Amino acid sequence: MTRYHVSATVNGDEIDFLCEPEQTLLDVLRDELHLTGTKEGCASGDCGACSVMLDGRLVCSCLVTGAEVGDCAIETIEGMADGERLHPLQQKFLDHAALQCGYCTPGLLVAAKALLERNPDPTETETRYWLAGNLCRCTGYDKIVRAVLDTAAEMRGE
Amino acid sequence: MSAAEDLDYQEKPHELKWVGTNVARTDGVDKVTGRARFGADLIMSGMLFGAVLRSPHAHARINGIDTSRAEALKGVKAVVTRNDFEDQPSEMIQVGELTVNIRDVIRNVLAREKAMYDGHAVAAVAATSASIARKALKLIEVDYEVLPHVIDVVEAMKPDAPLLDEKQFTDGVDPKPDKPSNVAKRLEIKLGDVEKGFAEADVVIEREYKTRPVHQGYIEPHACVASYTEDGQGEVWCSTPGHFLVRAITSRLCGIEVSKLKVTASEIGGGFGGKNIVYLEPLALALSRKCGRPVKIAMHRSEVFRATGPTSGAHMKVKIGARRDGRITAGWAELMFQAGAFPGSPVFPAAMCAYACYDLENVLVIGYDVIANRPKTTAYRAPGAQISAFAVESAMDEMARALGIDPVDFRLMNAAKEGTKAAYGPTFGPVGQVETLKAIKNHPNYRVPLGPNQGRGVASGFWFNIGGETSVTMNVNDDGTIALTVGNPDLSGTRTSISVMAAEELGIDPERIRPAVGDTTSLGFNFISAGSRTTFAVGKATVDAARVVIGELRARAAAAWNIPVEAVVWEDGRARPASSNAGDFEPLSLEDIARDAKKTGGPIAGHVETNVSGAGPSFATEAVDVEVDPETGHIKILRFTAAQDAGRAIQPNLVEGQYQGAAVQGIGWALNEEYIYDERGRMENPGFLDYRMPVASDLPMIDAVIVEVPNPNHPYGVRGIGETSIVPVMAAVANALEDATGVRIQELPLSPPRVLKALNEKNGS
Ligand code: FES
Ligand code: FES
Repeated sequence: MTRYHVSATVNGDEIDFLCEPEQTLLDVLRDELHLTGTKEGCASGDCGACSVMLDGRLVCSCLVTGAEVGDCAIETIEGMADGERLHPLQQKFLDHAALQCGYCTPGLLVAAKALLERNPDPTETETRYWLAGNLCRCTGYDKIVRAVLDTAAEMRGE
Repeated sequence: MSAAEDLDYQEKPHELKWVGTNVARTDGVDKVTGRARFGADLIMSGMLFGAVLRSPHAHARINGIDTSRAEALKGVKAVVTRNDFEDQPSEMIQVGELTVNIRDVIRNVLAREKAMYDGHAVAAVAATSASIARKALKLIEVDYEVLPHVIDVVEAMKPDAPLLDEKQFTDGVDPKPDKPSNVAKRLEIKLGDVEKGFAEADVVIEREYKTRPVHQGYIEPHACVASYTEDGQGEVWCSTPGHFLVRAITSRLCGIEVSKLKVTASEIGGGFGGKNIVYLEPLALALSRKCGRPVKIAMHRSEVFRATGPTSGAHMKVKIGARRDGRITAGWAELMFQAGAFPGSPVFPAAMCAYACYDLENVLVIGYDVIANRPKTTAYRAPGAQISAFAVESAMDEMARALGIDPVDFRLMNAAKEGTKAAYGPTFGPVGQVETLKAIKNHPNYRVPLGPNQGRGVASGFWFNIGGETSVTMNVNDDGTIALTVGNPDLSGTRTSISVMAAEELGIDPERIRPAVGDTTSLGFNFISAGSRTTFAVGKATVDAARVVIGELRARAAAAWNIPVEAVVWEDGRARPASSNAGDFEPLSLEDIARDAKKTGGPIAGHVETNVSGAGPSFATEAVDVEVDPETGHIKILRFTAAQDAGRAIQPNLVEGQYQGAAVQGIGWALNEEYIYDERGRMENPGFLDYRMPVASDLPMIDAVIVEVPNPNHPYGVRGIGETSIVPVMAAVANALEDATGVRIQELPLSPPRVLKALNEKNGS
């Protein structure tokens, strides 16, 4: 079977991989690059567990093929903390108990970070709508929304 | 018998330092950085990808399976079918709160004589890539003889319904029936005399209710990696709430000794009961055995919907009688539950819990466990109790209306309390039903004025909780830190809560305790993380283990000081003489004693193997405010208050999280979620787009109220807290709908088309 050779950057590192035409970016991240922090919940764009940033855009990596990310910059959960320091969102998720099983957490963190980059002062409603593409079955979202709003306030210096 | 039971440990009335506070989760950083490894995250060298062929028919005899073309495909390393597994005899085994027949388990893992539902596994392949494995599935030829099928429970109970199992005769009826039936079992929960009770009633409410099957909806699909080596040893890594159970079932189905199979539980991405049973592990192990390479199988979401979970759909009749003064005189119900393709619906716990919130003299609940061509049901958070509560608590609301009594007051007049004899057997000790009702009544949310098209609903719920087999090992490291090994997978922070209790006992900072979930070779048997047992039962065993450790620490100090061990007390993480009479010695800290352990007798450890009993029955009461859109029938949740008795909250934020998550699962069940079948018995909505679970924008904040009536059977008063808060939700929403619109709907879900139709009927348009 033909495999495509693709070069891209993932979390700032230049990488190369071979992928089959039917492999998604999610498959590539997990099965080829062994970056298993990005999760599969549905493989159909309905749960957000596979959320990553692609050239600064929030995408479901299960809806992107591996072959189409040539020369793109990909950011995953593995690149979110800065060395030893957690990203404020990661810390607030812990402080607020915004995770139970933690399976939705990488996708939610990536999506929440994208929200705060666009809108540093979101309302509760804006936060809820932005995160509506990320399913969490454990928490009922209450503590997730609080963690995001609290992070936003902290990052604004309030 | 645990070693701890012989201990003469000191009861120290001390201020709680850690219990009741929120401490950092030991698995937290791994989970926010993507490091935590779940079922599908293990990569082994030489690993193959597995895939499962599933029946497209709801009911079909399998006359033959030809795998030769699949086996010939380049990259395919192994194929397994029913011929690779020995049949199993009929024998009941315990799974969570439910029991299953191992003869059915083997048939559910891989179809034998017949495919029993759309999605039933028929064959599995392992190949060098996922795409080759998928291609190979298409090359397997199955000769199906399609049979008539039945999905609905009432249809399945009819004498002329398509029969799923010609050898099944209804159990629990006298005389024994002479014709086979889809009704596997009839059961009864009985107290007093309902006829007498109804004769005393001034008002009787009698209604019928229907619920649909719903899925647990965990976001992590089932996944495992299995490896079988030339010396006959197997290893399984999987997402499960109970790796000891996976070992038991997988070794049995694969015909290998228990000692030859090691199972490691990965982190688990939610389960809610739906992972209490084994699907993939025997397939992966059998594939690995055939080709000598590790095999990973991860389900696709559509497979999760079609072949795992869900809980029962049900048809229920309820009759409640009460006097004008608000006292209930009798409660009766008939519960007909779909079990799926094999017997074992949660109708028994549904019957147990149906009237358990109330102190009644006359109760009769009759249950039927009915098989139908749907996936075999598995447990779902307080299995069955939520379903019967939808019926009973809806009828309770109508009764309160009929009597003109506030729904909370009506429940208070009849609430179960200490000394109440529950219809299912026990007489309750201290329980918190009255307290949850009062918590709702006193909550500011209960007084917020309602606007047009808005309504408020209340309901209560009960779950009994369980204990069970538990093994724990606590090792003191040479620097005085603690390695704690438990055998129960952690779905929600239980590892940390258990450490907190250990810290409280030992008098050290929880940060100095490193809890781990050990594999099946590291501990004695542990029952699965189910029935809200983990923090309760494993916590209790851990406290016992800590007390064994403290006994040894005191003995080491006593030996060093050359005084009797009784003259040494353990306090604030240090041994000290009990009084000045015992001598004047500088206290020895855990670090001091640990550092010298080598010289004073060797390693210090405590381990406990026990069967924990004394789980605390748990009650919840919830109030929900809704707004109904008269144009579309859409129900919006405005406010939600969940009050549940935790016994004691070890970590309040984790307890709140359980209430909130349970409430939202219930909201999904109430408003949207359902399995939809086409006329051929195929599931029409096996994806998150069409099986609509709640998303963040559907919801308000969920106000969790922790009620604490300590469980006297636990050193810190813990009850289970994971389940009860889902129980009242569906009825509470239906009650709120009536309050808002005057329309009573007795069938779930309360989806916009159903609500709109009811509104239109009421308005005569
Ligand atoms: S896995 Fe991509 S959206 Fe669910
Ligand atoms: S924490 Fe389990 S799915 Fe969100």
